[in-house]
Amino acid sequence: MIRQDRVIAMISSCFGEGVIIAKAHFNELHLEIDKNEIPILAVKLRDWGFPLIQLTAADERGNTGHFRLFYTFANDLENFLIVVSVSIAETELSFPSITEVVPAAHWYEREIQDLFGLDPIGHPDKRCLAVHEDWPEGLYPLRKDFSFDFEVPRTEGRQSYDRVEGEGVMQVPVGPIHAGIIEPGHFLFSAVGDTVINLEARLFFTHRGMEKLTEGKTPLDAFPIVERICGACSFSHATSYCQAIEKLSGTEVSTRVNYIRTVVLELERLYNHVGDVGNICAGVGFAFGTMHGARLKEDIMRLNETVFGSRFLRGINTPGGVRRDISVLDSDLILATLDKLELEFRELVEILLDTNSYMDRVQTTGILFNQIARDLHAVGPAARASGVDRDVRRDHPYAAYNCVSFKVPVYEQGDVLARVKVRIDETYESINIIRQILASMPNGKLIQTLGEMIPYNYAVGMTESARGENVHFIMIGKDQTIYRYMVRSASYVNWPVIPSTVPGNIIPDFPVINKSFELCYSCLDR
Amino acid sequence: MLRLFRKSLKTGTVTTDYPQTPSVPGTGFQGLPVWQVQSCVQCGQCADICPTKAIKLQSGKKEAFWIVDPKKCIFCGYCVEVCTRAIVQGEQYEFVESVDRAPQVQAFKHSVHIRHLDSGSCNACDWEMTTLTGPVYDIQRMGFDFVASPRHADVLMVTGPVTRNLEIAVHKTFAATPAPKIVLAVGTCACSGGICGKSYASSGGVNNIIPVDVFIPGCPPRPQALIQGLLKAVGRA
Repeated sequence: MIRQDRVIAMISSCFGEGVIIAKAHFNELHLEIDKNEIPILAVKLRDWGFPLIQLTAADERGNTGHFRLFYTFANDLENFLIVVSVSIAETELSFPSITEVVPAAHWYEREIQDLFGLDPIGHPDKRCLAVHEDWPEGLYPLRKDFSFDFEVPRTEGRQSYDRVEGEGVMQVPVGPIHAGIIEPGHFLFSAVGDTVINLEARLFFTHRGMEKLTEGKTPLDAFPIVERICGACSFSHATSYCQAIEKLSGTEVSTRVNYIRTVVLELERLYNHVGDVGNICAGVGFAFGTMHGARLKEDIMRLNETVFGSRFLRGINTPGGVRRDISVLDSDLILATLDKLELEFRELVEILLDTNSYMDRVQTTGILFNQIARDLHAVGPAARASGVDRDVRRDHPYAAYNCVSFKVPVYEQGDVLARVKVRIDETYESINIIRQILASMPNGKLIQTLGEMIPYNYAVGMTESARGENVHFIMIGKDQTIYRYMVRSASYVNWPVIPSTVPGNIIPDFPVINKSFELCYSCLDR
Repeated sequence: MLRLFRKSLKTGTVTTDYPQTPSVPGTGFQGLPVWQVQSCVQCGQCADICPTKAIKLQSGKKEAFWIVDPKKCIFCGYCVEVCTRAIVQGEQYEFVESVDRAPQVQAFKHSVHIRHLDSGSCNACDWEMTTLTGPVYDIQRMGFDFVASPRHADVLMVTGPVTRNLEIAVHKTFAATPAPKIVLAVGTCACSGGICGKSYASSGGVNNIIPVDVFIPGCPPRPQALIQGLLKAVGRA
C-alpha cells in the first residue's frame, strides 16, 4: 500500500483540502473532488501515465440529492485503480467535459448526456449516441424516476453524419442489417472510387437496457443478465461482475475457484482466438482458413459443453465462487483436446502465413496508429498489435494469473496481420496457461456465502477478455441490491478507433479490417 | 499450395450426419429442467427464483402442478439448485414449436434460402448460426444456405428480442422478404423476450412485432436444434 501512498501524496500536494482520498477494497483509491477541478485532475492523472478506463454516472437523488460521476483511472505499473467521484447538484445538471484533454472520455460523456441528461460542457460532439434520433427529448432512461417498462414514444428526428462532399465523392451507406451473419450497425463510407476517405459508424442498435434491468436485483438474481450481455465474452463479463461483488461483500474465494476461473477464462479466449484467426480469412475470401478455423473452434466449443455443460461457458460462475468443478477426468480431456488443437493450429497458421494471396490482403491493411490507440484507450489484441504493452492479466492480476507465467505478445505494425499474430501468439500462451493451472489444482471450497455489503459503496471489477479489458462498475443500494451497474466492455473502447483505421483502404478491405478487431455490438450497446 | 491440399485431404470429412444420427449431449449438459411429481412438496421456491418466470405452478392439479415453458427458460439451473428433491437437470434441447400457419408449400421442398436478422441478440445465437455454415454442421448438405439480402430469402431467422432501435429495421426486412416466407424466432430472447423481457428498450419477443412461424428456444439453441427448427419449418421434420 506504500505505492498508493505515493500517489496520494502527489494528489494532495496539488489539491490540498479540495480532495478527499480514501483507500478502498485492496486495489482501489476513492477520491472525491469538486466537479470544476476534474479537468485539472484528469490532466495530472494523464500526465502521470494513468489512462481513463471508465466514466459513468449514477442518479443518487433519492439518497444524497445529487447525481454523481465516477471516473476510473488505472495505475498499471503499481496495480491499483483510482476512482474519482464528483457530485452534480440537481439545480445545475452539467459538468465540464474532459474530452479535449483526455479524448478517451468522448463516448462516455455523450452516453451520460443521453442516459442521465447531464450536459458535458465543452464536448466537441454532442450528437446522441446511446439513444437514437427518434428518442424524445427530456426522457433519460437511467434516471431513477424513469420506469423500466415505460413505453417511449417515437419522435421525428434525423441523425447527422460527418461526411465528405465534393466532385467524385460517393456516399456508401451500409446496414444496420448486414449481408453476413453479424450484428447490426450502420456504416457510412465516403469514398472516391474504391478508396475510403471517411467512415462513420452508427451503433447502439442492440441497446436492450441490460444495466437498468439489474437495478434493484440481488447479485445472484442479476447474474443471468450479466452472463447474457455478450455471448462470446460471457465468462469474462461474469468474472468482472463477480470480482466487483466479491470486493463489495468482502468475500474471499478459495484458490481452487480462482484456478477453475482461470481455466475457463482461457478456454473462452481460445475458442475466440482460434475462431477469429479462421474468421479473418472469410474477410479475404480464403475458404480454407475459414473452414479449418471453424472446425478447430467447434472442437473447443464441444469441449466446453462436455466439461461444463454449456458451449458458451454459461452457468459456471456465480458471485462467491463457481458452480462447476473440474474433475481429474475433465482435466485429462481438456489436456488431450489442447494437445491436438495445438498441433493442428500450428499447421494451419504455417499454411496461412505461407499463402501469398492471404498475406497480400492482411499486410499494411487497416493500420491503427499507436498514438490513436493510446489517446482513445484501445485495449486487448488490437492495442497490443499497435505497440501498447497492456494486459490486465499481467498488470492487474486476478483469478490465478499471478500463479502462472506467460508472455504478453506486442507488435508494432498495427495492421491486420499484426492483430492476427497477437491472437496466434496468445493462443499458444493460453494453452500454456491452462497446462500450468491443471498441473497444480489446489483443493478448496467452491462457493462462499457473500458477506454484508455497505449501502452506496462501489467497486470496479476488471478482466482481460479475448477482445481486451472488460471493466464493470457496481454500486450497491440500501437492501443489498444493485443500485447502479455499468459495463464497459472491450468493444466499447475499441469501436471508436475503427473509423480511424479505414481511410486510405478500399471498401472491400473493410470486412477484413472489421473482423481483425472482432468487436461485439451487443456488449457495447448493452 | 500443395501443403494446403494435403491438409484438406488428410483432414477428411468432419461433417456430422445429424439428424440421421441423433446427438445426445453428455451428462451435466444445461438443458431443460425436469420435474418429478412424486417428490414435489409444492413449496414454490423454484418459481420464485426463476429469472424469466418460465415456471408456472397450477395449484390444485397434482399431476400437472409444475410446467416449464421452454420458450422462456434460459437454462440457468437455478431451480435445480434451489430444489433438492423434485427438479433435476434435464438434457433435452430440441423443443422446436411451430405455429399452424407455417405454409407447407411446394416452394420450400427443395433448396431454401435463409436471411439472418439480428434484432438485438447477445451474439451467442448468431455465432451458432455461423457454425451451421461451417464444415461440421454444413447445412448446405440439406439444401439450406444463407443469403445476403432479404429479397433473396425464403426464411428469416430472427435473433434477439427486437430492441426499440431495431424495430423499424425488422419491419423493413420483413416487408422486403417476398412471400411465401417463414419467420423463425431463434433463441429465448426472440421467442419470449427472455432475460430482456419487455421494457423501454425491448419489445419482448419477435412475435410482438412480426408474425413468427417457428420458435427455436435455447440460450443459445444448440446447432442441432437450429437444424431441427429449419427442417420443421419446411415440413421435413
